[in-house]
Amino acid sequence: MAVCVAVIAKENYPLYIRSTPTENELKFHYMVHTSLDVVDEKVSAMGKALVDQRELYLGLLYPTEDYKVYGYVTNSKVKFVMVVDSSNTALRDNEIRSMFRKLHNSYTDVMCNPFYNPGDRIQSRAFDTMVTSMMIQVC
Amino acid sequence: MELCGAKRLGYFGRSQFYIALKLVAVAQSGFPLRVESINTVKDLPLPRFVASKNEQESRHAASYSSDSENQGSYSGVIPPPPGRGQVKKGSISHDTVQPRTSADPQEPASPVVSPQQSPPTSPHTWRKHNRHPSGGNSERPLAGPGPFWSPFGEAQSGSSAGDAVWSGHSPPPPQENWVSFADTPPTSTLLTMHPASVQDQTTVRTVASATTANEIRRQSSSYDDPWKITDEQRQYYVNQFKTIQPDLNGFIPGSAAKEFFTKSKLPILELSHIWELSDFDKDGALTLDEFCAAFHLVVARKNGYDLPEKLPESLMPKLIDLEDSADVGDQPGEVGYSGSPAEAPPSKSPSMPSLNQTWPELNQSSEDTAIVHPVPIRMTPSKIHMQEMELKRTGSDHTNPTSPLLVKPSDLSEENKINSSVKFASANTVDGYSSSDSFTSDPEQIGSNITRQRSHSGTSPDNTAPPPPPPRPQPSHSRSSSLDMNRTFTVTTGQQQAGVVAHPPAVPPRPQPSQAPGPAVHRPVDADGLVTHTSTSPQQIPEQPNFADFSQFEVFAASNVNEEQDDEAEKHPEVLSVEKASDPAGSLRVAKTDSKIEEKTAASAPANVSKGTTPLAPPPKPVRRRLKSEDELRPEVDEHTQKTGVLAAVLASQPSIPRSVGKDKKAIQASIRRNKETNTVLARLNSELQQQLKDVLEERISLEVQLEQLRPFSHL
Repeated sequence: MAVCVAVIAKENYPLYIRSTPTENELKFHYMVHTSLDVVDEKVSAMGKALVDQRELYLGLLYPTEDYKVYGYVTNSKVKFVMVVDSSNTALRDNEIRSMFRKLHNSYTDVMCNPFYNPGDRIQSRAFDTMVTSMMIQVC
Repeated sequence: MELCGAKRLGYFGRSQFYIALKLVAVAQSGFPLRVESINTVKDLPLPRFVASKNEQESRHAASYSSDSENQGSYSGVIPPPPGRGQVKKGSISHDTVQPRTSADPQEPASPVVSPQQSPPTSPHTWRKHNRHPSGGNSERPLAGPGPFWSPFGEAQSGSSAGDAVWSGHSPPPPQENWVSFADTPPTSTLLTMHPASVQDQTTVRTVASATTANEIRRQSSSYDDPWKITDEQRQYYVNQFKTIQPDLNGFIPGSAAKEFFTKSKLPILELSHIWELSDFDKDGALTLDEFCAAFHLVVARKNGYDLPEKLPESLMPKLIDLEDSADVGDQPGEVGYSGSPAEAPPSKSPSMPSLNQTWPELNQSSEDTAIVHPVPIRMTPSKIHMQEMELKRTGSDHTNPTSPLLVKPSDLSEENKINSSVKFASANTVDGYSSSDSFTSDPEQIGSNITRQRSHSGTSPDNTAPPPPPPRPQPSHSRSSSLDMNRTFTVTTGQQQAGVVAHPPAVPPRPQPSQAPGPAVHRPVDADGLVTHTSTSPQQIPEQPNFADFSQFEVFAASNVNEEQDDEAEKHPEVLSVEKASDPAGSLRVAKTDSKIEEKTAASAPANVSKGTTPLAPPPKPVRRRLKSEDELRPEVDEHTQKTGVLAAVLASQPSIPRSVGKDKKAIQASIRRNKETNTVLARLNSELQQQLKDVLEERISLEVQLEQLRPFSHL
């Protein structure tokens, strides 16, 4: 169960960020911001190799005492960052992957909307619904 | 309003509404607004409107035969206010009906507006007619409406509130005059009225607000689905579609659609939402159905309706086999399109405002009511298609983002039902993905499943030919508002699967023949062994269908193997087995069953994981399991028969087994586990049967020897 989901554009500004309201949102924003460095590090670590060889799912970016941060990058350098509660041990890697897959699919749907200008904040209701389902989903 | 309300307390809303209209007209004509004014205002303009209306009115009165206090004041010709109201209603409904039925896809707004305007004045005119009773001029209605309309255009009294009643009033007034009346005005005066109506929309709206309640009442009773697209609207949409894309079966690219809809001057955010709702297959392009749905939503939005959260059923792209309710005319859309069809799409805007007769109340509630049945969301796939999709799940290349979606929702729904009943752990995970999102998001899993299934069916030679690939990539409707869709899908698919899910979802008992693994492993599995397998004659297949079915069913339900896979595998082996049975190869029935089993095993061989002993199709495995248990209990012969019976039962039950979408890895793993178990069971069974065969052969040999020994004696 994600406590925070963020979509970061290629230029590293957020397109969409949402946290469970009960938490201190600023803290999550900060975590996401710091995770960007880790994402870049992982991406560059893949080497100058072609993007094809790079897997989209980055895995655990870094853990804190309370949370774990996972990352996912698309081929267009759009990053998805997800913060999950560490106490949620039932959350397996496969599930994280599937959650990122859903995110990616929803993001693609948003992109397909001709009324969406790339670079705008994502205001799609369908996307919101999907993220909500992920955040309240019981793992 | 109080006047008319107070007057008409207890009366149906329509009469109240009409009274209100009358009051409005009275007020507009400058008369003091009082109850008496209605009765006293007899000199209202439009004296030309002659008896025709009056006649109709009287006709109405006669038909409705309502009494009112005013009755006494008027001669019988003029119906009392309630009657008037009824007449008005009738006329209005007529008018409403007329525009709708009129061939001209003219702006319904005009006819809507004009009739409404007429009612208020018509009563007055009727009164006048009363004064001047003239022979019923059948032609009058035609002539009258003409001039009638024009004055209305000028004097746009805000009485058009009643136009909301468009929604196909149920009581079709029998007044042919009105009908014809409606005919001519729309054709002749629509255009003229239109601009007037457009201008006075605001006034109309304010006036209409008073009668909104009545209208709503009427509307709610008149039609159920505010989102239905009328034929005229549909035709208009189609025409617009053609201007962008001449090929009706083609797509409108997103950029073109964006420009088109931007002309409607709706905020981008709303347009974006409309797009999300209407682009069913999420391909960035609009098909004709999608385009019509989007256009309809834009029209509704322009008229003040709020956008729904999910696509209304009537707007969903129709599946080929699914019956869609998106046929009946839709009031809002109709009104919106009353505008001259000649207007370019941009004219949508001007025409739409005309629709803005207070309808806001309509939408939400109606939408809720309308969105009931499970209409498959995705456009292209039809029911058959969906079934094919499911079948194909194995066969289709998963690359089809859309196709799986369609299938998946249904599968999910089915699966969810099944899973919930079966309480499979894997099902839970699947449930987690119940939203169509999960479908799309698990292409890999699905692909793996598919490949696995393919392996299953691959072996069986004539396995049901994989369903033809979906005509269009199934939109992963799961993405947007897919949850709702899923629910709807669930309903629809549920119907299909209702029969299937009849089986009690019990976890299949672990095969007792756990001992089987040992001997089974040791015994080499070869075709011969299979052949020697005792076979229950196909005729005995029917035996124990009950117990086999359920056991089989459970097993299958448990396994998230594709149903089709099993079905296909089952059916095929069954067929083959039957064929083999007829083979002269084995005089023994054993041979028959062996062949059958062989087929099954062959079919399931690839599917089975690891176990190299006896690759059996999953369906046969549970059968074997059951057979095994029975074997232990019965004599060999009976065992054989039972086995075949069980096998047959299993095969029969295969089709009914709801296919579970084993998207989840867990499900797959669980099914793999089960398959392995069945493998071991079947292997053990096979070994046992082989042993029996050997025994039988030995017996035969001994008997033959004895015969030989005895023969010399016989020769003696």
